Amino acid sequence: MGIIDKLNKDFESRVRLGIMSVLMVNDWVDFTEMKALLNITDGNLASHSSALEKAAYIEVKKEFVGKKPKTSYQVTDLGRAAFKEHLSYLEKLMKS
Amino acid sequence: MNQKHQEDLAHIRSMMERSSRFISLSGLSGVFAGLSALIGGIYVYQLFKASGMDYLNDEHRLYSANLVSELFWIGITILVFAFAFGIFFTIRKSRKYNLPIWTSATKKMLFNLGVPLLAGGVFSLAMMYHGYFGLVAPSTLIFYGLAVINAEKYTFSDIKYLGFSELILGCIALFNIGYGLIFWIIGFGILHIVYGLVMFKKYK
Repeated sequence: MGIIDKLNKDFESRVRLGIMSVLMVNDWVDFTEMKALLNITDGNLASHSSALEKAAYIEVKKEFVGKKPKTSYQVTDLGRAAFKEHLSYLEKLMKS
Repeated sequence: MNQKHQEDLAHIRSMMERSSRFISLSGLSGVFAGLSALIGGIYVYQLFKASGMDYLNDEHRLYSANLVSELFWIGITILVFAFAFGIFFTIRKSRKYNLPIWTSATKKMLFNLGVPLLAGGVFSLAMMYHGYFGLVAPSTLIFYGLAVINAEKYTFSDIKYLGFSELILGCIALFNIGYGLIFWIIGFGILHIVYGLVMFKKYK
């Protein structure tokens, strides 16, 4: 199996890479801030974050602040490990 | 393929950076804050002159209550101007690069900057209250330096050099009481302008 095949398919999209990068260096990040940081639409963020949630790479928290719903994200241990692995493969690829 | 991976890595690095640090701070904020302090400082120097004191040569200066309150309000005015310039250029830069402003990194930066600054403000007011006017300039420099060093984790890390310079200058000023205004103009005026210009060139 070549090194390219080891790259995590879940991180193929730029948006997912962005979500993971932000969560690697921050605690809970809410929907609005994530959207502004990545510069993407509501729908785009919702679909990619739920894909990452399904893979158990991120944890999604939904709560009410006053009457407004608020969604926040946090990386899981599994997600952290998977992303680190992905990063080191990317770096290895760059070197070879 | 290689191109894509390289772009992926660059994207990861940039997302980590812009989500964890307040990078909308413009070098121009520093330049204009420095100019405000410089103009304010020169105005104070003239004020001393007008009230019959040659700042550089008089060993013993008498501060009338009037003069003290005037100095206080000049200080506040400079602060307001410097702060307004800071906000203006920050908003301008973040619009230009499409960066969000009010993020958790911004809040952390302001908190870490604000706590030592607030304590320093109270400390300086207390010294004015007790009549230790000569120590006010050195301690504003020292507390400001500490505040900047403390906020370094959440913005451009080069800012720590500004913080250390202010801190060292403040410590030197502590042993040169009577030249507070000069140290103050160097610290808040000239250092800010130099730092601002360097940052403006570097992160343009």
